[in-house]
Amino acid sequence: MPSSTQPLVGTGASLVSGQDAIVFEDVVLSFEKNLVLDGISFRLARGETKAIFGISGTGKSTILKLAMGLIKPDSGRIFVLGSEVTAMKEEELFELRRKLGMVFQESALFDSLNVEENVGFRLMEEHLPYAEIHQRVLEVLRFVELEHTFKMFPSELSGGMRRRVAIARAIITQPEVLLYDSPTGGLDPVTSTTIVELLVKQRDVYKTSALLVTHRLQDAFIMATHTFNSQTNHMEPLPEGKYRNLHTNFLLLRDAKIIFEGNASELVYSQDEYIKEYLSQ
Amino acid sequence: MELTFSPTEFAKSKVLAVQEYSLLAWQSISNLVRHPRYVADMLQQADIIGFGFLPIVLAACFFTGAALALNSAASLSRFGAINVIGQLVSVGIVRELGPVLAGLVVAGRNSSGMASELGSMVVTEQIDAMRALGTDPTKKLVTPRVISTIIMLFFLTILGDLMGLLGGGVVASALLGLDYNAYWSSAWQTLVYSDVFMGLTKPLVFGFIIATIGCYFGLSAKGGTQGVGRATTEAVVAAMILIIVVDVFVTRLLMLLLSSY
Repeated sequence: MPSSTQPLVGTGASLVSGQDAIVFEDVVLSFEKNLVLDGISFRLARGETKAIFGISGTGKSTILKLAMGLIKPDSGRIFVLGSEVTAMKEEELFELRRKLGMVFQESALFDSLNVEENVGFRLMEEHLPYAEIHQRVLEVLRFVELEHTFKMFPSELSGGMRRRVAIARAIITQPEVLLYDSPTGGLDPVTSTTIVELLVKQRDVYKTSALLVTHRLQDAFIMATHTFNSQTNHMEPLPEGKYRNLHTNFLLLRDAKIIFEGNASELVYSQDEYIKEYLSQ
Repeated sequence: MELTFSPTEFAKSKVLAVQEYSLLAWQSISNLVRHPRYVADMLQQADIIGFGFLPIVLAACFFTGAALALNSAASLSRFGAINVIGQLVSVGIVRELGPVLAGLVVAGRNSSGMASELGSMVVTEQIDAMRALGTDPTKKLVTPRVISTIIMLFFLTILGDLMGLLGGGVVASALLGLDYNAYWSSAWQTLVYSDVFMGLTKPLVFGFIIATIGCYFGLSAKGGTQGVGRATTEAVVAAMILIIVVDVFVTRLLMLLLSSY
């Protein structure tokens, strides 16, 4: 849940507004001699969810790591919550990262810590009283419907449960921006739908901005066509063929460049041959 | 298959590695004056290193002291000077063998343990996750390991020295027929301030090398489980070689400082 408005740090073209959660400006990145991102520019508005697609190796996960400041681009600028990540030192980034949450592709849970310690890691780092940590961990585990795993270790959990614990860990401090790296990758359809429902719940209940990297088009389309009903505690579909503005947009990468940016209906009705072929797969 | 070895690239990569190691080593110490400090993690590591390594270090030093006494006896008896065996064992153990042996034993297990633990965390993105959660891995993981290793190796060396002298004493009295009290008296009285200072300075340096090398290779691991295995092996080899090489320079430096040639 957004708690404060960040001061704008960006200068230059002054393209960053207070309404933007993340802004990429002409970002270029190479690993050794391979060009991974070539002039990537986009903006994620506050409260918006942007699903990033593309075949393997197009730099989708790299965009998330760049936004988090875990790696630096060769050129270009990245702003997160008004702060220029590309100009910040690692020490300064730690402060900013406390306002962000990230769910890694393979969950990246700390295997020597149990679920409670994993989920409450941030709170323990802030030296909050144990009773408060315990209560907040319980609440967030209830949110992902895993309160019974409290004392279990990551190795004792299934793949889907690990992802949900990772989501719980990312959202426990109610960050302003969430970065999801293939949260449904390698999971069965039923578990995937459970995870997507959690993302929809997070989007609609807490209005969190999010970047969602995924290989599964259907996940993003579910997000674009469903809304969360707090009364029934389930997500519900919108009328067929109607893409109401659910603040969920799409971004398609190809050969290190963005080839499409828009909403679900624009994507579906795109006349671009590559996009048509991509959607048909 | 095309060979693409470039001496320039090789040299650059080595210089970069030294630079990154130096930076990590500096951070591991400078983190002590920055918040937060992870005292609980430090104590946990001290427990693993201190009590975990105690039996091995004690055994290694005991038998080395015994072997040193046996070997020395063969030479000393030719000159009729077997009574000074206590002096020889005590100076040899306290100045040189105690710190180096304890260092090598701890390096063998600790450097590899740190490299494999941190390496596994790197390849499973746990280090990135820690950074993403707003925690500095050098503060949380590296500094506690470095400080704990330095402190525990210091105390392990003291106990190792004692066991080395005990091993020499057992050989001197049981196999060489010397008076046990005379051995201890000679071993004790021959030690001077510079010997003890040198013997207790070295573990501080060796502990720093062991932990920083282990953490550096762990955090630099690339390429999945195979990369972790490679990092582990490289860490042990690098730590052991560095201990042996640095020992020579530290010995010479301390000799100059203490004016003991």
